[in-house]
Amino acid sequence: MDKGLTLRDVTIIKNGAPLLSLSRHIDPGEVLSIMGPSGVGKSTLLAFITGTLAPDFSATGTVMLDGMDITHAPAHQRRVGILFQDDLLFPHLSVGANLAFGLRAGGTKRDRRSRIDEALAEVGLDGFADRDPATLSGGQKARVALMRMLLSEPCGLLLDEPFSRLDTALRAQVRALVFARAKARALPVLMVTHDAEDADAAGGDIVTLSPLH
Amino acid sequence: MKHLAILAALIAPIATFADPNPTDWDAVKAEANGQTVYWNAWGGSTTTNDFLAWVGSRVSEDYGVTLEHVKLTDTADAVTRVLAEKQAGENDDGAIDMIWINGANFAAMKEADLLFGPYAEQLPNWSVVDSAGKAVQSDFTVPTDGFESPWAMAQVVFVHDTADMPDRVGSMQALLEWTQANPGRFSYPQPPDFLGTTFLKQVLVDILPDASVLSAPATDENYEEISAPLWAYLDALTPNLWREGKAYPATGTAMFPLIADDELDLSISFSPGAASTAIANLELPDTVRTFVLDKGTIGNTSFVAIPYNSGSKAGAMIVANFLMSPEAQARAQDPAILGYGTVLDMVAITADQRAVFDSLDLGIATLSPADLGTVQAEPHPSWASRLADGWADRYGVAQ
Amino acid sequence: MLRSKLSYTVKRRRARKSRRLLPVLPTLTLLAMLGPVIAGLYGTVLPAFGHLPAAGLTGPSLSPFYGLFDWAGLPRAVMLSVGVGVGATALALTIVALLTAGWSGTPAFRFLERLLSPLLSVPHAAAAFGLAFLITPSGWLSRALSPAVTGWDRPPDLLIVHDAWGLTMMAGLVIKEVPFLLLITLAALGQADTGRSAAVAQALGYGRLTGWLKTVFPRVYAQIRLPVYVVLAYSMSVVDVAIILGPNTPPSLSVYIVRLMSDPDLAMRLQGAAAALLQLALVIGALVAWRIGETIVAALGYRWIMAGARGKIDPIVGGMALTAGGVCAFLVLAGIVVLGVWSFAGYWSFPNFLPDQLFLRNWMRFGPGTMDALGETALIAAVVTLAALVLTIGCLEAEYRYGLSLTSRGMWLLYLPLLVPQTAFLPGLQTLMLNIGADVGRLPVMLAHLVFVLPYVFLSLADPFRAWDVRMGTIANALGARPDRVLWQVRLPMLLRPVLTAAAVGLSVSVGQYLATLLIGGGRVATLTTEAVALSSGGDRRAIGVYGLMQTGAALIPFTLALIVPAIVWRNRKGLRHG
Repeated sequence: MDKGLTLRDVTIIKNGAPLLSLSRHIDPGEVLSIMGPSGVGKSTLLAFITGTLAPDFSATGTVMLDGMDITHAPAHQRRVGILFQDDLLFPHLSVGANLAFGLRAGGTKRDRRSRIDEALAEVGLDGFADRDPATLSGGQKARVALMRMLLSEPCGLLLDEPFSRLDTALRAQVRALVFARAKARALPVLMVTHDAEDADAAGGDIVTLSPLH
Repeated sequence: MKHLAILAALIAPIATFADPNPTDWDAVKAEANGQTVYWNAWGGSTTTNDFLAWVGSRVSEDYGVTLEHVKLTDTADAVTRVLAEKQAGENDDGAIDMIWINGANFAAMKEADLLFGPYAEQLPNWSVVDSAGKAVQSDFTVPTDGFESPWAMAQVVFVHDTADMPDRVGSMQALLEWTQANPGRFSYPQPPDFLGTTFLKQVLVDILPDASVLSAPATDENYEEISAPLWAYLDALTPNLWREGKAYPATGTAMFPLIADDELDLSISFSPGAASTAIANLELPDTVRTFVLDKGTIGNTSFVAIPYNSGSKAGAMIVANFLMSPEAQARAQDPAILGYGTVLDMVAITADQRAVFDSLDLGIATLSPADLGTVQAEPHPSWASRLADGWADRYGVAQ
Repeated sequence: MLRSKLSYTVKRRRARKSRRLLPVLPTLTLLAMLGPVIAGLYGTVLPAFGHLPAAGLTGPSLSPFYGLFDWAGLPRAVMLSVGVGVGATALALTIVALLTAGWSGTPAFRFLERLLSPLLSVPHAAAAFGLAFLITPSGWLSRALSPAVTGWDRPPDLLIVHDAWGLTMMAGLVIKEVPFLLLITLAALGQADTGRSAAVAQALGYGRLTGWLKTVFPRVYAQIRLPVYVVLAYSMSVVDVAIILGPNTPPSLSVYIVRLMSDPDLAMRLQGAAAALLQLALVIGALVAWRIGETIVAALGYRWIMAGARGKIDPIVGGMALTAGGVCAFLVLAGIVVLGVWSFAGYWSFPNFLPDQLFLRNWMRFGPGTMDALGETALIAAVVTLAALVLTIGCLEAEYRYGLSLTSRGMWLLYLPLLVPQTAFLPGLQTLMLNIGADVGRLPVMLAHLVFVLPYVFLSLADPFRAWDVRMGTIANALGARPDRVLWQVRLPMLLRPVLTAAAVGLSVSVGQYLATLLIGGGRVATLTTEAVALSSGGDRRAIGVYGLMQTGAALIPFTLALIVPAIVWRNRKGLRHG
């Protein structure tokens, strides 16, 4: 079976008119960067893959993840992780509870707690479990968001302009961290970005979309 | 839905045949035990509300009847409700079991066959009611025919604060002159409020040379001519009313606080004892007194009636009968409680019962039965609505 | 293995079940709200055109309208309805906008915010009584200044309450609508990223007030638009405030309708039905005019923004707004205080500032009655509000999950019960309920209350619910959370404050229902409001004081909780604190 993320003849349609069309395969550990002007449907493509397409869009084609057709699977069963430009940590949960939310169900309480602590330690945030996410710095939040996503054990990773809110110094650091973790877990990564630097740093193929008419 | 309809069809005749028979009083008592009676009565007077609550506790003790006072702002609401129920086919257990009623509302309900009866004159306590001396068998000239039973007598009195207005006035003409000398110190409730409309009738009764024309129904032919003096009178009166007649109190009891505030010196009431009761409740200064006009004032009777579709007719009759008991009547007449006039014949009751009435201190502001003077008859109900409409056209849209 | 497979099947089945239930909730909700309104309107339109078989009249005929137009008071009644409604809404909105613009984030504003729950909890009728007790010539303000300042030893004969232009009535509405709009505005602020915009504007040299109006207000208004419409429709057709404070010679159109509808002469119902349709038309017309006004204001505002004025008179305007807001708060709160004083008052002569005697007798007399009414009020309000919350959240969630949203035209259906004057459809509704055998009692009253409570709850909750960042949901889904878990563990906790606010609004709407309780309950359901209004015609200020305070209390607790609970629960969560 084919490991990785495959988009087969995916076409995003808005109001009956095709917005974009794409057919690609991304191997585990590889990054595909998608660039293009805003409004071309990059984020919509990601919504299609996560199963959260807005009602005014439709799409055709097939999405395969590790050989399974997930095109019509419920969003929560797809095992596709996603990071946005905002950290989107749940503001009502502590840092630890945010991670616990991501952590797949099962295991003893102690077990889960130690996995959360390990995850925090992995990104240099030891002892942050009980903190209010709103009190964290931008870089810290980005790291928590990454670990929360990884703890859910996704089989593929989508990045939606993930670094655009970070300042230059932090940006390179967080970017390196994300790509390194994704590679370590052999995840296929699909990144949508405006920034050529992000795309270069990813080191994989770059697809530049232009509006279809 | 179909099953329900069939069920209803089966039950309906039984319910109709099962109407209690007031002549078989023991059966009525037995049936009433455990019933809940929803008495729809004006709820604007806290003293009346307290009295009704007391009635409820008494009938509950003696007869096992639960009385719920449904407080209305306007008795017409209850009439409308029964009409709506009839329209919707609710003929067996309507929302209303008893209504405090008289005048136009009674005339309308009787006319439209919305009342249960006749029952009033079969009630045991009817024997002690003063049916010869008091107007308990006709209501605003309409014969009651036993479709409503009396429980209180009312008569128009004028209420004045002697601290500001020492002397009574003897006629409506004198009242007009007094307002001209004391602008802004008199008002009456805004018609079609019951008491407000009564004020209009009172004016007309007092200034007409022959008030008997009012006992005949108002018609398109006689209305203009007979009512003309009233409008002339009000045209003269209005500029000197409280707020120059641009606003009126909503009801009679709403005028008491205005007297207490010293905004008004003079108002009217339909209850000879109400002023004393209000003084006892610290709602009026103790300088308030009442008076009637030289030619007397309009009086009428408060009744209760039972809608045709009440589900608790036996219970309602128990309450109606209790209201006519010497015990309830004496309490109602006590100015510290209610101050309403009794409907009973003092000769027909026992000496002990009479002693209770005699021992009542009617209160400093209450006129004795002799001082209340002549009771003038209510005009035919058609006058009330015509005058209220005529008032609304002239003064109700005056601004 | 077998076990996990089983649990998987169970989960799937449950998921499918909720899938079946959730999509029908929007339909159910619309039915619960619109069924009674449409049936009621049907019962109004027929008599308006002369068809009322019960009175032996068959239409169609235009005579009810001729009768209505013959009424000499009509032009003035219409003018009052429109003038007071539009005036009160515009004034309240202006005060709220300028107040928030000039003062949000300041200590003065926080002080007003803290007053919000007591202000909101005062039912319209109680606030109106309080206002009347304050400002009549013999009222508390006059007593405070007499005879020392005014020289009055008895009250002057001045027409303040029930004034011809309805100014006092307008004031009575404004003092209650300002807190309502402020609450809605605060809820909207919590959803829009307003702090930063205002800071940016100030950095660009704009005055606080002008900067806020130019950058934040357009976004906030978009969120509070429908509540504003509701305030407009309500103010135009209000009955209780109009009876207590409005003119009576003639009264406003809505009061006139209530009178016609309760006339024992059934023929008057035809005219009442015609007047009800006229009221409906007036409300629709005013809403359309308001919408056009919005466009004009937006265009003017755009020119104002392009002109780049920084707001030289900000301090003056801001000062006026704060004064106006303070006066509103004072009149409501002092009104409650004076209700309280009356509830303990014995004889109280003019111009004494305090009663000649103070005692507990009034409370002994009226207290027991109020407790029964309080129980009934609380039970009805709690059940109705819970039902409304379930339906509302169900609708919004169905919209989120399945895209089952109403079109923008469909949204108007949702507001129909608030935009259709109650007097237009409640009598018809009563007949409908009688026909299905659900004539009187608590349950039908609850259903009738639901008609009014649902839209308010929906109105309060929909915008914050929709403004929730759906990427939170995407993230949670991607983390493996089922939609139900996302709802219960992410969305609702984040929306705790708007949910509780909506609940408090729902409770207070139910507590304040008069006509629906009276008509549908057949008078057998006695709530604090029906009891208080019944007492009001008698003018017994002591009883009004007791009932007004109890009514206020019944609504105060939920509003207090709506503010306190989120503050306590999220005391350590900076991301969920607003304002």
